[in-house]
Amino acid sequence: MDDTTFLLALSGMLFALGLVGVIVRRNLLVTLMFLELMLNGVILSLVVFTQLLGAEAGAVLVLLVFVVAAAEIAIAVPILLLLVRAGHTLDPGAYAGLKG
Amino acid sequence: MNGLLTLLVLLPLAGFLVNGLFGRRLGPAFVNIVGVGLPLAAFAVAVWAWRILEAGGGEPLIETVFTWALVGEHVFEVSFYLDRLSAVMALIVTGVGALIHIYSIGYMKGDESYARYFAYLNLFLFFMLLLVLGRSLLVLFVGWEGVGLASYLLIGFWFQDVDKARAGRKAFITNRVGDAGFLLGMFLIFTTVGTLEMDQINQAFAGGLIPVGIATAAGILLFIGATGKSAQIPLHVWLPDAMAGPTPVSALIHAATMVTAGIYLVARMSGVYLEAPAASTLIAVIGLLTAFLAATIALVQTDIKKVLAYSTISQLGFMFLALGVGAYAVAVFHLFTHAFFKAALFLGAGSVIHALNGEQDIRRMGGLAHRIPWTSGTFLVATAAIAGLPPLAGFFSKDEILWFALASGQGGSFWFWLLGSVTAFLTALYMFRLYWLVFLGRSRMAPEVAAHVHESPWPMTSVLVVLALFSVVAGWFALPQYLAPLLPAPDLRFAWPILHWGLIVFAVLVAVAGLVAAGVLYGDGGRRAEAIERRFARLYRVLAGKYFVDEIYERLLQRPWRWISDRVFLRLGDRILLDGSLHGLAALARRGAGVLVRIETGSLHWYAWMILLGLVAVLIWVWRYV
Repeated sequence: MDDTTFLLALSGMLFALGLVGVIVRRNLLVTLMFLELMLNGVILSLVVFTQLLGAEAGAVLVLLVFVVAAAEIAIAVPILLLLVRAGHTLDPGAYAGLKG
Repeated sequence: MNGLLTLLVLLPLAGFLVNGLFGRRLGPAFVNIVGVGLPLAAFAVAVWAWRILEAGGGEPLIETVFTWALVGEHVFEVSFYLDRLSAVMALIVTGVGALIHIYSIGYMKGDESYARYFAYLNLFLFFMLLLVLGRSLLVLFVGWEGVGLASYLLIGFWFQDVDKARAGRKAFITNRVGDAGFLLGMFLIFTTVGTLEMDQINQAFAGGLIPVGIATAAGILLFIGATGKSAQIPLHVWLPDAMAGPTPVSALIHAATMVTAGIYLVARMSGVYLEAPAASTLIAVIGLLTAFLAATIALVQTDIKKVLAYSTISQLGFMFLALGVGAYAVAVFHLFTHAFFKAALFLGAGSVIHALNGEQDIRRMGGLAHRIPWTSGTFLVATAAIAGLPPLAGFFSKDEILWFALASGQGGSFWFWLLGSVTAFLTALYMFRLYWLVFLGRSRMAPEVAAHVHESPWPMTSVLVVLALFSVVAGWFALPQYLAPLLPAPDLRFAWPILHWGLIVFAVLVAVAGLVAAGVLYGDGGRRAEAIERRFARLYRVLAGKYFVDEIYERLLQRPWRWISDRVFLRLGDRILLDGSLHGLAALARRGAGVLVRIETGSLHWYAWMILLGLVAVLIWVWRYV
């Protein structure tokens, strides 16, 4: 098993782990963490493919995804804070009424 | 000087913008300065440009303003072209236009939309100058449509009155019919010659390489446009209704300038018509028929402005007769003289209406000659001019038209001359009838109207005097000779000076006969005329009903079209096809949403599962098929 295959498998496992976490955990904060885990899995595969194909644009794309992820978390956490302040729980089931 | 023609065209546009945007706030004194000053300035510029043209020996001035469009190898430029023909037109438009602006100060005084009125009038001048100065048919067409717009706005100027608004709409729509012909003619000429510059089109047709069929088709199509704008049969129905507008507007747009645009177009495109004898014959026949039929209608009209409107249609018919027999310069000559005496007549009618506080029915006038002497005197001069009494303006131009109708080698005929002479007699008759019923005889006014009769203020009477003066002298300019290098007179079938002199004497006799007939019939307050009306009651009904052309159009065109609009376009097309398909789509979306909304539970885990399922499905699909 060479490095590339190993790294791709690792990225796939990170993604799958994150997905399982998002689905089974009932804590919104932990769900966000698992989301980040999924994102990191994807980014890892992106880096691997960039190295493999020698495409510099990929490296730039990785940085872009970081920025987007940071921005996303910066918005998600305050929303979560406001939710908790209103509902006093981190269980997403308690907020099912928000579906509109 | 370069830019002179552009300046000439832009001056009235500036007046429109300033008065249209700020006139209401700045008050009537300001509106007067801008609205009348700029047309006067435009007239001065036109005179200046004309001097330059003459200094250059009549070599046309060409001024390119900008390139409008580049399509393939074709260049469409907005450029102005001043030769002797367009110089004459520009001088008429700005000169008579400026006079009528001055007159309007008195006539429109106190109207609540004073600024709007002058803005529209300046807008009209702008488009009219674009029309006469444009070098390309395209620029001419922009002006052509623009004057139509200004005409529409001014006919419906008092739009609170539904009838007046409707008259404006009628004028606009009738003109659209003619414009369709104009556009098709332009397309045909462009595909044949490859340019829309009118001087080049004339050269191309004069080359003789273009088939007669195409020249005839182009000539007839352009003439259809001219029938719309110049109110010839069968599109004449809008002009009498256009009298709903303020009277100075009728004088400027519907008598002196805009309605002569069709004459100008045919004269300008004379190169095409010289190659198309059939189209020219059609023009002569339509023109003569219009002249004759409109004159018969004018005999029995009772609205002072309607009489003048039918008189205008009739005189325009005379001009088309001249165009049809190849005497283009003579048609422009009659256009020139007609502009003065018809403007004088309309403005005189406006002065009468003003004096009688809005009364337009000549059955309730009479005996005004001593009450409003300036109006009466100038009206008499203009009446004599249009009737063709020597040495007034109309005599010279009408005589030339009748001479060429008989003697022109390009389609002159005895019958043209005969019917033309009969029409000239009718012209004298209905004009002196009008004069008699309005100004002479006993007063038939209501007492409260008669008590308030007053002569109009000086801005109005002074303009009347100037126009009456020109109605006398305008015929003394040898305009056909002046235009001869551009629009040469047609060859004569026979050159017998004695015959020409005989015809002149005969024409004078005809005019005098009209005067005498009017005196006999209407001198005693119209009792003899009424006896004749009773004797020929059926004929009288047909004439008073204007040959029922409006009613025929209503039956043959409007009703079927309204039915088609209602049943096919509104009920089938709009309600069933368009609305139906849209409502169907909306219902489908709503029903689909009703099904899909059940998936949305609000549970975050459920959503995550769905996303997972979707991802797996996409992956499988990609593995299978890509």
